[in-house]
Amino acid sequence: MTTGPAFHAARWNEPLLMELSEPGARGIVPPAADPAIARAAGDVLARLPAGARRAAPPALPEVAQHRIVRHFTRLSQMTMGFDVTTDMMGTCTMKYSPKVHDHVARDHRVADIHPLQDESTIQGLLAVLYGFNRMMCAIAGMDEFTFQPASGAQGIYTNACLIRAYHEARGELGQRNEIITTAFSHPADAATPAVAGFRVITLMPGEMGYPEVDALKTALSPRTAGLMLTNPEDTGQFNPKIRTFVDLVHKAGGLCAYDQANGNPLLGIARAGDAGFDLCQFNLHKTFSAPHGSVGLGCAAVGVKEPLRRFLPRPVVAFDGKRYRLEHDRPHAIDKIRAFLGNVPTVLKAYAWVMSLGAEGLRAVAETAVLNNNYLLDKVRAIPGVAIPWPANTAPKLEQVRYSWQPLYEETGVATHEIEQRLVDYGVQHYMTSHVPVLVPQPFTIEPGESLTVDELDRMAEALAAIAQEARTDPELVKSGPHRASITPIDASIPDDPACWAFTWRALQRKRARWDAPDRKRKERSHAGY
Amino acid sequence: MSAGKGFVHPYVPNAAPGPRARMLAALGRKDVEELYAAIPPPLRFKGRLDLPPPLPGEHDLRQHLEGLLRQNRSAQDLLVFRGAGCAPHWVPALCDEIAGRGEFLTAYAGGTYSDHGKNQALFEFQSMLGELVGLEVVSAPTYDYGAAADSAVLMACRLTGRKGVLVPAFLARDRLSQMRGFVKPVATLAEVAQDPATGLLDLGDLKRKLGHDVAAVYVENPGYLGGIETQVPAIAKLVHAAGALLVVGVDPLSLGVLAAPGEQGADIVVGDIQPLGIHMYAGGGQAGFIACRDEERFVAELPTTLISAAPAQGGGLGFGSSTHERTSYDKRHAATDYYGTTQWLWGIAAAVYLGLLGPKGLAEVGLGVMQRARYAAERLAGVKGLQVPSLAGSFFKEFVVDVAGAGRTPAAVNEDLLDAGIVGGKDLTGEFPGLGQAMLVCVTEAHGKAEIDALVDAVKESCR
Amino acid sequence: MGGRVGLKGTDAPGAAARAAALGARPEAALRMTLCLSAMATRLAGVRMLAAPGAMGMDAARAAGLDARPIGAPHGASTTAADTRAAAAALRDAGCTLLLFAGGDGTARDLCAVLGEGLPVLGVPAGVKMHSAAFAASPRAAADLALMALQGRASARALEIMDLDEEAYAAGTVAARLHGYVRGPFAAALAQGPKVRGAAGEAAALAGIAAAVAAEMGSGRTLVLGPGTTLRAVAAALGVPKTLLGVDVVRDGRVLAADASERDILAALGEGGPAAILVTPIGGQGHILGRGNQPLSPAVLRRAGLDSLVVVATTAKLATLHDQTLRVDSGDPALDAALAGWRRVLTGPGTAAVCRVA
Repeated sequence: MTTGPAFHAARWNEPLLMELSEPGARGIVPPAADPAIARAAGDVLARLPAGARRAAPPALPEVAQHRIVRHFTRLSQMTMGFDVTTDMMGTCTMKYSPKVHDHVARDHRVADIHPLQDESTIQGLLAVLYGFNRMMCAIAGMDEFTFQPASGAQGIYTNACLIRAYHEARGELGQRNEIITTAFSHPADAATPAVAGFRVITLMPGEMGYPEVDALKTALSPRTAGLMLTNPEDTGQFNPKIRTFVDLVHKAGGLCAYDQANGNPLLGIARAGDAGFDLCQFNLHKTFSAPHGSVGLGCAAVGVKEPLRRFLPRPVVAFDGKRYRLEHDRPHAIDKIRAFLGNVPTVLKAYAWVMSLGAEGLRAVAETAVLNNNYLLDKVRAIPGVAIPWPANTAPKLEQVRYSWQPLYEETGVATHEIEQRLVDYGVQHYMTSHVPVLVPQPFTIEPGESLTVDELDRMAEALAAIAQEARTDPELVKSGPHRASITPIDASIPDDPACWAFTWRALQRKRARWDAPDRKRKERSHAGY
Repeated sequence: MSAGKGFVHPYVPNAAPGPRARMLAALGRKDVEELYAAIPPPLRFKGRLDLPPPLPGEHDLRQHLEGLLRQNRSAQDLLVFRGAGCAPHWVPALCDEIAGRGEFLTAYAGGTYSDHGKNQALFEFQSMLGELVGLEVVSAPTYDYGAAADSAVLMACRLTGRKGVLVPAFLARDRLSQMRGFVKPVATLAEVAQDPATGLLDLGDLKRKLGHDVAAVYVENPGYLGGIETQVPAIAKLVHAAGALLVVGVDPLSLGVLAAPGEQGADIVVGDIQPLGIHMYAGGGQAGFIACRDEERFVAELPTTLISAAPAQGGGLGFGSSTHERTSYDKRHAATDYYGTTQWLWGIAAAVYLGLLGPKGLAEVGLGVMQRARYAAERLAGVKGLQVPSLAGSFFKEFVVDVAGAGRTPAAVNEDLLDAGIVGGKDLTGEFPGLGQAMLVCVTEAHGKAEIDALVDAVKESCR
Repeated sequence: MGGRVGLKGTDAPGAAARAAALGARPEAALRMTLCLSAMATRLAGVRMLAAPGAMGMDAARAAGLDARPIGAPHGASTTAADTRAAAAALRDAGCTLLLFAGGDGTARDLCAVLGEGLPVLGVPAGVKMHSAAFAASPRAAADLALMALQGRASARALEIMDLDEEAYAAGTVAARLHGYVRGPFAAALAQGPKVRGAAGEAAALAGIAAAVAAEMGSGRTLVLGPGTTLRAVAAALGVPKTLLGVDVVRDGRVLAADASERDILAALGEGGPAAILVTPIGGQGHILGRGNQPLSPAVLRRAGLDSLVVVATTAKLATLHDQTLRVDSGDPALDAALAGWRRVLTGPGTAAVCRVA
């Protein structure tokens, strides 16, 4: 190990596109209108009342094409994608997104398809949707899947809507208005049922770090509509009583929805359906390798067992043995969750991934994710200053770990978000701290996934150890970082200050002067980002 | 996979026997099985998942996928004149290039320092869209147009403390379904009449329906049927006089020629960015946005992540996430809306598009779309028996053709068109039977005269 | 003073002399020095004032800080009167946040002088802290103080507890609500520097208050225990709430203010549905404490355990050790019956299920 990080991010100091504007410059010439069309159409704008027409062209920048190429290429160089470097953000299931999938998805026979084309012209596309539906049923132990939701949160929301429809059809929705979730499930497991109109009961963890059966019993009542939770939770700990949970909720008349956002370690190991769950959701842009797309191209696979099939949003892809069809006539379907069929290219990439790996491969993915995580855990726990919460829980973690820097913090005053930012100086994507509620002090959550090599795992552990050591010997170095990132430390109080925040160029120009206003309180530079 | 044996595959390096053994040894474990001790045996899946035999070879996988793609015909094989929420627009090469860059494609939730480039691109997207709609706050991308509209009307409900939402009568049934499902726990929807030909909102009906419990009036410009809503300022006046908020949904591609709704009195503007340099992807190119004035009470109700500029110590601008406590991530059970991963990559593609087009380019495209659509509409109106009611007003990109006079149905005409290699307008008879034997035809800047003439000839042939 | 050698606090005049003679180091000053050292490099633009000598200046100097002494010097050992005088002097000198090291006794002295005026923040230095005004550690106190000085952790009401010294000496812990001070909310530290604590917390309290008013506001006898959350509930019900005591209300009328056990039993005796509302108070999250005589085991049994309603914001729950609520009614059988898991009302229609121990 060298005496410090040798990495330096690209730091282009690239101006905003709006600052590159030169009057008269053209980035591209749009399709020319045929003069015959222009003649025949006449002055289409004159037909509009003056108030409906734009008085002046919009203030978009005017930039030469090659400068735009450089601009966005440079911005991409200042973005730490998985293609570039190690990223182990907890709950994100970062993994390699195979390039061949992207190349196929860009083929015009995927990219240039209109979602409302006649079924006869999209049999291949429908075959993928149908085929992947059957694959997911096998993987999850379910009877039918939809890929309409455009993210995990939207998939979980779909689960809440399906539970709502089920009880409504039985005339029990008025009585059954409570959904139970847990403190360490993803926030969407609490938020989306609330948006769907339910009251949400949150189980606090017991001493093992997951909720106890007695806690669930306290929450159950004739008002229970269902249980929506993540397992393993965002702490990487599997609740061994999950089957008991499901049985108790069923006994109380509720449905059980399994948020499989953390499903990477369970492929071929344990299935939602076998644990008794009635419905579930997977993130295709996480576990199933579809690229994360800078916070989306998201797509959720929402699966249900037979009693809930009729509630799936339309259309559903059916197969009569010869041809694939889109079924729109489904009288019990819930309202649409999103336009059209879903993120079809993402489904294609997930399909291709499963085709590449097969059953044995999926099992290897799961086992390796768990092995990588425990290997890294062994190294990280040895770093002085790290604590592992819930010492009573001695079972091995699955795919991620929630650690705590509390001892290091008490010793040095360096906090987790400061270490997180310093990681970037080591050429590594920062880690995740914790979702709300922050019950573990000074948390950091790491999910290595199955894609990385042993060397990359070692490097991550070394970086964490090095920063912990820096915290002892030179805490100001850590606290004042990052030093080698694409941008120097920002005043993170600005985005939270209504008088100063700027979400557009126009707002920025209007409010920038206030950033340096002498009466503005000098705030200590603090944590920015998520 | 049993103890000792490995699995060799390019995507899982540590599954190979060597690394696996080394790592197990480092842990003092004999078998990966031991690491699953937390899962009770009755929950363990036994045997192999019932999946097709794998194709680990890239070429073999590609051949397999090719076999499936071969059964698809795209807008490069067919002439596509169908819209209804997703349209065959021209996509500049650079949009594909930048959206395909691995750094953007595989980034995720990194923040200010690790993902500075992504944040700047999103800020530029927000900025340029802000110029188009005339508002200073623009969100990060939403799931789609409908999700943005849904969030916006509920924002209005919370801001006004009221529960009524008015929507136009000819709102797409799918969009209506999406909104109904989303708002039903907290708000009610009612329809305001529209002129079936021009799409203009019936202001008299609006006045009648603007009671004290209306929180939001939602209009689309252009509307679902393509008509340009020229009354936005008047609608805004009526809406505000009733103490409600005006939410306007737009096609941003039209805003090079059409007035900015933020300057016409719209309180919240939403829309779809698929027309801005994004392929159709069979519906996978959809993404939305929400825009509003830079007022604290409005920003407080936005459900999305918001990227703000901030000064960097060493000079220049950095970007940070603002007021995370607004989002469902922090609110959890107290959330009134939800947000998560959406389609930010398309926000980046749209930023490239708007940067390339510039003010002149966007105006030229907008004008070109209107001219082509007008030309197509008038030529189709010239076909014996066909009516094009949209010609009574102005329209952007889409218009309604009624084939009843030719004794035909849209389904029958589309069948003939398909034989000629053309995908005709969307059959509206299921959604709005009152419009007759109507189809919604879509013409974009990507259609040349020859293509449009081919459509007209094929329609003429079918309606003979 | 006094922690390590087994004496509880130094409030009784002779106790301090005994502790010194037994070799106890002044823990408080040590902890304060640790806290100040942790803040030392980040105090640009902050003026430090300190009580003279061993009551403050010594620790400031030891931390390398340039502080100004305020107030009159005191004698060789410090008393409660000295603490109160020092606090008043610092307040009058215009300080905006008062950092103190000590235990519940010191906190009570500050409460007497400052009430819910000048915000205070405690560096824990006594034995177990029962008051809610203490940070988790000197390090945490430093960070929380800085957040407060920068406007990133607004002040809210915090319970100050009274530990019955004689009972303790006899072997039982009996904590009782003594009063309130204002201070930065520790949850702000847990949730990270970007959370706008005050607005969120105020909204959460309003939510709970509205929920109680809606679900229990009419036709039910409500026994409102002490605590800041229940002050907000009372406000939403439109009834006055005594500062430290238990109040019995029904349908917007006060049946008994600062009620005794007898008053409560009488009100319950009138029949009809009843609810006993409690909230975790102090630093240990007690919902029922031996020191709270009105909410006695007899009252609990009379109303029935199912009538016990616990309210708390999720931020408050997050600050409790292991998110556990404590009961210590004095009746072991009652405590055992209450132990386990319980719903806690955290807002309109939402609840958390927490352990009670």
